[in-house]
Amino acid sequence: MKKITKNTRTNFFTYALVIIFFVVIQTLSSGGLITSSLNGQLIPICAYVVMAISLNLTVGILGELSLGHAGFMSIGAFTGVTTAMALQNVIPYGSVRLVISMIVGTLFAAVAGLLIGIPVLRLKGDYLAIVTLAFGEIILNIINCLYVGVDSRGLHLNILGGVQKLGLQSDGKIIINGPVGISGIPKISTFTAGFILILITLFIVLNLINSRTGRAVLAIRDNRIAAESVGISVTRYKMIAFVTSAALAGAAGVLFSMNFGTIVATKFNFNTSILILVFVVLGGLGKMWGSIIAAAALTVLPELLRQFKDYRMLIYAIVLILVMLLTNNRQFFKSIWSWLKNRFNSQSTAKTVGKGGNAQ
Amino acid sequence: MTFLSYLINGISLGSVYAIIALGYTMVYGIAKMLNFAHGDVIMVGAYVCFFATSSAGLHPLIGVAAAIVVCTVLGVLIERLAYKPLRQASSLSVLITAIGVSYLLQNLALLFWQSNPRVFKPVVGDDSIKLFNNRLSISYVTLVTIAACVVIMLGLTWFTGKTKMGKAMRACSEDKAAAQLMGINVNTTISVTFAIGSALAAIAGVLLCSAYPTLTPTTGSMPGIKAFTAAVFGGIGSVPGAMLGGILLGLIEIFAKAYISTQLSDAIVFAVLIVVLLVKPAGLLGKQIREKV
Amino acid sequence: MSRPHNKLVNIPSPNMIPQRDSDKSPILECQHLGIDFGGLTAVNEFNMAIGRTEIAGLIGPNGAGKTTVFNLLTKVYQPTRGAILLDGKDTAGMNTVQVNKMGIARTFQNIRLFSNLSVEDNVKIGLHNQISYGTLRGILRLPAYWKEERIAHERALELLSIFDMQDMADAQAGSLPYGAQRRLEIVRALATNPSLLLLDEPAAGMNPSETAELMENIVKIRDTFQIAVLLIEHDMSLVMNICEGICVLNFGYIIAKGSPEEIQNNPEVIKAYLGTGKGE
Repeated sequence: MKKITKNTRTNFFTYALVIIFFVVIQTLSSGGLITSSLNGQLIPICAYVVMAISLNLTVGILGELSLGHAGFMSIGAFTGVTTAMALQNVIPYGSVRLVISMIVGTLFAAVAGLLIGIPVLRLKGDYLAIVTLAFGEIILNIINCLYVGVDSRGLHLNILGGVQKLGLQSDGKIIINGPVGISGIPKISTFTAGFILILITLFIVLNLINSRTGRAVLAIRDNRIAAESVGISVTRYKMIAFVTSAALAGAAGVLFSMNFGTIVATKFNFNTSILILVFVVLGGLGKMWGSIIAAAALTVLPELLRQFKDYRMLIYAIVLILVMLLTNNRQFFKSIWSWLKNRFNSQSTAKTVGKGGNAQ
Repeated sequence: MTFLSYLINGISLGSVYAIIALGYTMVYGIAKMLNFAHGDVIMVGAYVCFFATSSAGLHPLIGVAAAIVVCTVLGVLIERLAYKPLRQASSLSVLITAIGVSYLLQNLALLFWQSNPRVFKPVVGDDSIKLFNNRLSISYVTLVTIAACVVIMLGLTWFTGKTKMGKAMRACSEDKAAAQLMGINVNTTISVTFAIGSALAAIAGVLLCSAYPTLTPTTGSMPGIKAFTAAVFGGIGSVPGAMLGGILLGLIEIFAKAYISTQLSDAIVFAVLIVVLLVKPAGLLGKQIREKV
Repeated sequence: MSRPHNKLVNIPSPNMIPQRDSDKSPILECQHLGIDFGGLTAVNEFNMAIGRTEIAGLIGPNGAGKTTVFNLLTKVYQPTRGAILLDGKDTAGMNTVQVNKMGIARTFQNIRLFSNLSVEDNVKIGLHNQISYGTLRGILRLPAYWKEERIAHERALELLSIFDMQDMADAQAGSLPYGAQRRLEIVRALATNPSLLLLDEPAAGMNPSETAELMENIVKIRDTFQIAVLLIEHDMSLVMNICEGICVLNFGYIIAKGSPEEIQNNPEVIKAYLGTGKGE
């Protein structure tokens, strides 16, 4: 019972973190205390938080490096937005369309996770990582060549055919226009929806981890051969974790894209996958609250650094390197610190002698 | 004749990928890390050569030499400052650090050299040789690229097989602790590996931009990813594997662009990689390490 | 020492099944079991039967193929030749997960615990197939989750109490002392509700008093759960004390089979362990 309490404490803290964040923001917002730039960041923050939590499920809990997570976000985004735009005349209520789009996006991303998981999860380590990278690039490439339109006869699509080959009626509308992506997106995402999505994500992920399935996944991560020897089907549970992770990424993609007027496939590229991975690693593998804080902080950081304009990404890169060095090798900084101290204390030989002998 | 032309171009592009992949694979073999910043070292090499030849008006060969020197120093510096302190850390941490270094290089380049694309002048000029009654035209750049790849491959094989340092590198990639106990200076060996890898990156940068003359701070990124894919394709850690993977990747890319679709060529390249890895999970020439139960 | 290549030793008793089990079918039968790795034959002509509640021993010099036999039984390797019958059913073509569900559980020569998880969680993972609620019911926290988790928790503590380990249920498995880790592995294997328990060098690294305690516990496990145990061991005091039937391997072949007394006096066995030139 003692152990359950510790786990429950952490989970409770995680939910509380999100709820408090939401309440604070809403309060500040109604008081007009939020800058417009921060306001514009709110929905992306929610989307990145969900992405980070879902990637943490794959990288932190399942223990497999995925370099193509943005691909699932992309699939969710494009299928979800297409649904929202196709239903624009049929269902006038934005929030209803948002929910339906999210469900559609989630399902497509889940199916993609299933199909991709079959080959991917057979590989190990760096090879698995590179195949996830490959799939991410393939998804990007295909969506870039995708043309989708809707008219009174229904949905039309082709790959590489171009707009002409869609054969749209005069009342038809182009939704996905190849490399140009989708424009004229209805901005029906809301911060509240984002908040609810985060809560649902936490509910699913935390409950999954603290259950029989979660134990099986953790066992596979720790020692695959031992897990098999006690009757756990490795493929099945790897797949459950991977598909759940993909599905949640899809939902995040829907939320993310219906905050902007336009989306293109290249928005969800390798760089985005890496961005999310950085959130997960910095926040701590397996620690969902860490992913939340890292995702929120690192999304806001470039905005805060806006005044530094050109130096922004440079500072980001330097900070990233320094944080990795610091969290992994405190000795490095201790030795630099004492070296600096030595230089400034060169008059006082006693201190220098005392500081000598740094075990490396 | 067009087939032959595509074939040669494929080998040429593949040669560039192979040279880059060699850098990835050598570093992985010895430091067990994926140096994501490698692609950006390529970019730095290309810029150094560009400024040496166009702004300073120096002879192209001096430009190449300058690129090699700068990249070698850069590579060793990065290793010492960013990777060495993390030798005991998890591979994921090192990966993220490498990504940080990659961003750093890209943004420094953006800062100093601006984002407007530069037009790179090929180091061996624009001429080409004509074969078969002028029906087949092969540019000097293509010839030099393929030749460079062959020379580098032979050189590296000789180096790792016959020289003391080469043997030290192979020893370190098998077992660092044991190598150290045998009196090998592991730090120096690792630095030499990064130095060689970065020198190769400089050459690759020059050759790449000679063939595809647009140069921006993000030029190294995609070729870096593709070459990294090629290294894994051939079997990460294997020098002949990197060669094979690189050349094959170049061929597949060119043929896909020519015969299937230009826009979907990347997807096809990566799809082939996936199929190969499913059949040979350790890459074409990689070793399957069986876990002892 | 020459390999007993074509020389099949006269085996005193084809099976070592104890009297009390002789009216029931053996829990395990290996018939002409063999495996080749490339050109190397690691195990050949392995014939053995184990009674339903027998404690059997598999001994032999290092490299004789004992762990390979375990790996064959648990389908880490697929046999090249021969058959393995578990409770009369042929396990051909099955994988590790399937034979575990059929009733074989094992421990490993080099301990394979889930070191980042707690002691209790390690046992609960062993109970995985004894719990039935699925992923969806787990996520939605339906009543089945609460009920079965409680049962699992109680069962885990019950199993840990065999080795008096219930108080360290919350400790991290990787932080336990060596002997405790070995015992935990046994508990985890027991949690899978096997009919045959394979123990790979359970006493390795234990001092005499720990070994004595282990001996008592193995017999207790057999008596309580009424299962068969096959163990690989180098500690002869343990083997001779608790094993009812012993099988001796050398170079992948069985060189002797029988009761402890028969094995101790068998000249082939003595030769295998001590070599020729050590005359009587």
